Order: sequence, then structure tokens, then C-alpha cells
Amino acid sequence: MKKELTLSTSPFLHDSASTKWIMFQVIYALLPVIAAATFFFGLSALLLIAVSVMACLITERMFTKTRQQEASSLKDGSAVITGILLALTLPPGFPLWMAFIGGVAAIGMGKMIWGGLGQNIFNPALLGRAFLQSAFPTAITTWSVPDGRYFGLRGTNLALPFFQGESLDTVTTATPLALMKFQQEGTEWLSLLVGNTSGSLGETSAALLMLAGVYLGIRRVFDWRIPLSIILTVFLLSGVFYLINPERFPSPDFMLLSGGLLLGAVFMATDPVTSPYTSKGIWYFGFGIGFLVVLIRLFGGLPEGVMYAVLLMNSVTPLLNKFTRRRVYGHLKNG
Amino acid sequence: MLLTFSNGVHPQEFKGWTHEKAIERLPFFEDYVIPLSQHIGAPAKSLVRKGQKVSRGELIAEPTAYLSVAYHSPVDGFVTAIELAEHPGGKMVPSIKIKADRFSAQRMSKKTINWKSLSSKEFSQQLQQSGMVGLGGAAFPSHVKFGVPDDKKCDYLIINGCECEPFLTADHRVMAEYPEEVMKGIEILHHFLKPKKTYIGIEANKADAINKLTQAAKQYPALAVEIVTLEVKYPQGAEKMLISAILKEEVPSGTIPLDGGYLVSNVGTVAAVAEYFESAKPLIERIVTISGSNIKRPANLLVPIGTSLKQVLEACGGFKSSASGESTRILLGGPMMGMAQKSLDVPIVKGTSGILALSPAEVRNFDTYKCIRCGRCLDACPMFLNPSTLGLLAKKGMYEEMLEENLLDCMECASCSYVCPSGIPLVQSFRVAKAINRERKVA
Repeated sequence: MKKELTLSTSPFLHDSASTKWIMFQVIYALLPVIAAATFFFGLSALLLIAVSVMACLITERMFTKTRQQEASSLKDGSAVITGILLALTLPPGFPLWMAFIGGVAAIGMGKMIWGGLGQNIFNPALLGRAFLQSAFPTAITTWSVPDGRYFGLRGTNLALPFFQGESLDTVTTATPLALMKFQQEGTEWLSLLVGNTSGSLGETSAALLMLAGVYLGIRRVFDWRIPLSIILTVFLLSGVFYLINPERFPSPDFMLLSGGLLLGAVFMATDPVTSPYTSKGIWYFGFGIGFLVVLIRLFGGLPEGVMYAVLLMNSVTPLLNKFTRRRVYGHLKNG
Repeated sequence: MLLTFSNGVHPQEFKGWTHEKAIERLPFFEDYVIPLSQHIGAPAKSLVRKGQKVSRGELIAEPTAYLSVAYHSPVDGFVTAIELAEHPGGKMVPSIKIKADRFSAQRMSKKTINWKSLSSKEFSQQLQQSGMVGLGGAAFPSHVKFGVPDDKKCDYLIINGCECEPFLTADHRVMAEYPEEVMKGIEILHHFLKPKKTYIGIEANKADAINKLTQAAKQYPALAVEIVTLEVKYPQGAEKMLISAILKEEVPSGTIPLDGGYLVSNVGTVAAVAEYFESAKPLIERIVTISGSNIKRPANLLVPIGTSLKQVLEACGGFKSSASGESTRILLGGPMMGMAQKSLDVPIVKGTSGILALSPAEVRNFDTYKCIRCGRCLDACPMFLNPSTLGLLAKKGMYEEMLEENLLDCMECASCSYVCPSGIPLVQSFRVAKAINRERKVA
């Protein structure tokens, strides 16, 4: 037996879940959603996702280039998730160059200037989308029909940088939420579930998003209380309005299945970095998002409000963490 | 529903290698090293000279203060040196070195101590003379723990048979093989402490121990001992967690359990107390679990205090891997709170509950990432602390601010580090922060 033994301090065992594992579980859960987007929007979907992911990876690399110790941050998979999620919030006919800028904004402004992984206040993908929404308000609200043409490109995908471009397809349409808001026209819930409605890449198939959510919850990748509290709040609150005036307000099941609610509840709000970590804080966070979504959708000027609801609640996450601290064992009061 | 506490973690148990293996006596070897300081408090003072003959069980060092216990020779033999020697804690400690007599039968004369005639004070003094300490790992002197001061009262006596650390099965074997001793020990403690109620808390993965103790308890109906089956969860065996689980009460911060009328004692210690009063055998040997994927023959052994790790490991067939000890991590105690050893020459001490030889695959180095605020550590911490915030403060060197985040309530169970997906050394940095704060306070 040799004299030299390795020394380290306890604990010597570790739970199997690592940050990288968590990130890759999210990526796996996104694959069916990507497949559905490709099924409905063909090459346009794949190109947008590829460009957005590339923009995120390049930006992360640029920011970490000078800091040797963090050059490995690309490998944790978080930038890939941001890229995919950003693309999933975009319309299928969105110009690729704008998607690239969105990716740069998401990682640059949404994550790296705060100090990188774990330091940001706002969900990077949603911050990138908010940036695009204000920079290119027309392009981001022009919706293509989910026609399933695999090799056809849509909208202004190929517009040259700094140009809006000519539309490649002449048919555009309104999303179910816009139809409801501006024309009081409903959409079949089966269409919403399957996803053959117009909308952004990732908000079409409610069934797949719910499956992804169940998978991530069961594998304990994210905190299931966040999507549950959001969904419950939206369902109950919009249910109350629907009961008061079914003519004016949409039904709660429509509220759940349409738009970006499920995408937001499953993949955006559950971002561990930007959601609370105290038990009570998690519930308040979910209630807050649900409340704001209903408020914006029913009474705001926009047809959809998930992005702003999540970003607003992101901003109060540090406060929620502070004010919902658990009483320490053996202490009478909090703090 | 099994009783338990809030939060905690579920590490893999790894108890299958040894939990059915009966306790075996380790043969006597040639060399023994008895450190004169094996617990917190004052070291003992040697009573022997170099070259002096000693017999097994003979007093060789006496306590020098209240928080100090006696030491006895584990073997018939003679003193070869009294000098500094390596201690499992990492320091060099004054120690008595003894060479065993090859021709001795190592038999001890049997006496009994009439404990019923002792006063509480004499009982406590007897324990101090027997060298008794807590055998669960912390090795707190038993005469202090059971010597309840006049202004305090033990209302609830809780015998701790949880053994929540993975791998370890020493307490499990004591309960399965010596249930009568455990009950005898409880009877003795009952006599002096007069608790209102006595519980034995055992995790549900030790069904045989629960059965045996339930049978044994029937012989002592007057004690009305209640055996409580607890959920298998780490750190179920921590004093505060055990009190939470069984009595649904918390120990207020800054107080000791006895202030609230609770007294928690490890089950192995209780059996050792019984053995001392029945046969006058002081604490010169203890049960140690030798396990881990790199041990050829895992076992539960009765090991004389002072035997070197090397000898114990050789008795278990040594290491499996041909790469000798280098690729093996040697720990004393369990994998959650135990200490890695740099040398196999250190002796088994009174607080050694296990020797583990883990392969590199088990002790894998986790990649570290930044904290992603996932909150897994908050859900793991049995003290309801915020290890995430504490960890960020520690990283910035803000040790005093950590006190406001209740750093001192941390009992270093390591659940936070166990779950952290970013591999952040949370509990490790808390230990450092506590030490630095202690030094600053002194300075």
C-alpha cells in the first residue's frame, strides 16, 4: 500500500443531477417541439432555430473569450436552450438576420452583461424577444399559415440585413388569440391541441408542450409548481370572467391552449435562474404570471401577454426570494 | 406514513455489503497507538512510563478536566513510547504506543458493578473512568451527556438507531445481535435519568433490528420503551432531526437539546454502557464497519481502539484494485460527514464508526458551474437555511455577513453539497467560514 492517498472533504457522494444534465434534459424535451414546428413550418423553422442558436453560441463565446476560466461555459448547454427558445417565440416567416440579432441581444443583454449563467434577472430568450418586438414590430406580428410545405420558405425569411424584404408567400393570417381579441372569432380546441394554427414556431402544439412539461416534472428537472400555478391561475381567473360574460371573454380552455401560455409556463417561467427558489415564492411567482397573462390578454392592447408577464415577474423574483424566506429551524421568526 | 423531518436527501444506501454480516472480532496485532485526545475537550494525562507493562483494560491515562475521559490499554503488553503520533483528525497528538504481548490470551477478569447503588454523580464519574464517549461519530464524552445538571431534566430519552450515513452498518448489527444489551443500557439510563418517555428511533431499512428490539423490549415492560420506525432519509440520525421526527418539536437555536428536556444517545453507546456496568470492561474496543467498493471483504468488526487502519484493512483482504491505495479514497466515518485520510498508519479511535475505501468512480469529481439558483439546496437543508446565498457570500469572502444568514445553525450535514447540480462546495465553504469567524472573534 502506498503512502499517498487523495484527500478531499466530505461529502464524498453526489446526487446524479448536474447543471449540464439539467440543461440537456431541457434540450431533449424541446426536440419534439422542434419537430412539430418543422412539421408545420418546414425549413423555415429549422433555419430560424439554427440561426438563433448560432447567434447565441457566438455571442457567449465572444463574451467569454477573454476569460479563460469560463471558456467552458458553452458546454453547459444553456446558450443552446436560449437560442432554441428564442426561435420558438418567433413567427415562421421572420427574417433570419433579425433572428440573429435577437440571439445576440438575448445572450449579450439578457445574460452576459449580468455576469453570465446564474446572474441575470430576466429570462434571456424572452429578453431577446422583447428586444425584437420593439425593434421590428411588424415582422414579429406577421404570421404564416401552417401549411406543412417542407422545402418552401416563408414570409421574409431571406430578407437582406437591414431590409424588411419582400414576402415569399402571399398568404398571412391572424393567430387564434388575435382572432379572438379583434374579431371575437374562436378556434377549435382540437386544432389548438394539435397545433395546426398560426402562431410562433413553438406555441402551436399544446399537446406536445404539455407532454414536455410532464417529462421535465417527473424527472425533477424543473419545479412543477411553477407551470401548475400559472396554468391554474389562468384557468380559474379566465373561468370567472367567462362565467360573467361568455360573449365577451374567451373560455378558459381556449386561454390555456392558445398562444404562448404553455410554452411560457413550461419552458420560460421555469428557468431556475430567473424564478424564485423558496416554496412560497414559487407559488406567488406562478400566480403573478397567470394573473398578468389574463389581465393583458383580456384588457390590454395586445392579444398576447405571456412574454411581459414572465419578464415582469422575473423582475420581482429577488424580492419574492427575500420576503418568502423560510423560518430557520429552531428560530421563532423569519430571518 | 413513516415519521420523519422536513427536507433532507436520499443518497444511495450502499449498506448491502455489510448489513447482514455478523460482527467478528479482529485478531490482536502487535502495535497499538492510543491518542490521548479523541474528542473535544481536554486531553488525558498519561499514567504510564516507557517500558511499563500494562494489562488489557488497565487505566493508562486519566482525565484532566470535566470534559475529558480516561483511556485504557486495549491489550496486554508494554508501553514502547509516549510521543506525538498522527491522529485521524489530521493533527499530531500525544499518544501512548503499546506493543502487545504475543503470548497473552488477552482475557479480562469479569467483575460487575452494582450500578443500582450508585448516586447520579457516582454514575457520571464511573462513566468518565470507563472512558465512555458517544460512538456515533462525534465522540462526545458520555459522562457529560448523561450527567444531567440539577437545573435540567431529561424528559424524553431518545435512543438513536437511525444510522443514516450510507455504507455504515455498525449500529444496525449492534441492534440485531445485542438487543438485550441495548435494553439493559436503557434500563441503566432510565434508573439515573428518570425520563417520562423513552423512544428508540430506527430507520425503516433495518427491519430485523426493529423486530429484535421489539422482542427484547417485552422483557422490560416497566420501561415502556417505544420503538419508532422512521423514513430512510439523510440526516435522519442528526439529533435535531430525530427530535423533529419523533416529537414534532424543534430545538431552539443556540440551545442544546437537554435545555428542552431531550436527550439523544447513539444506540451503540447505550450497549457499551451496559457492557461496562455488567462486566467492568472499559471502552477499549468498538464496532467498525469496513466497506466500500474497493474493499475485498467488507465486514463489521470489533476492533481494539488503537489498531492502525492498515491492519484492519489487511484483515479485510486489502484493496480490490491492483492500483494499491492510490486510486482509493480512504474515509473514516460515513461518506456524507466522514474524513478522508492521507495515511493508513492512523489508529482507530473511539469515534471511528467506519472505514470506507471508495473507488474513483464513486467519488467522482463533479464539474463545477455557476449557481443557477435552482433551489435544490434550499429543499435539502434540514435546518431550512439558504445554502445558495451562504455559498455566494462565502465565495466573496463575506464571512461575517454569513452569520446574519444563520451560518451558525448549519450542522454541516452536507446535504446541500450533495444535491448541488453545479457542484459548488457549499458545506466545505461553510466550514471554512465558521473557522475564520471563530478566529476573528478570538483575535
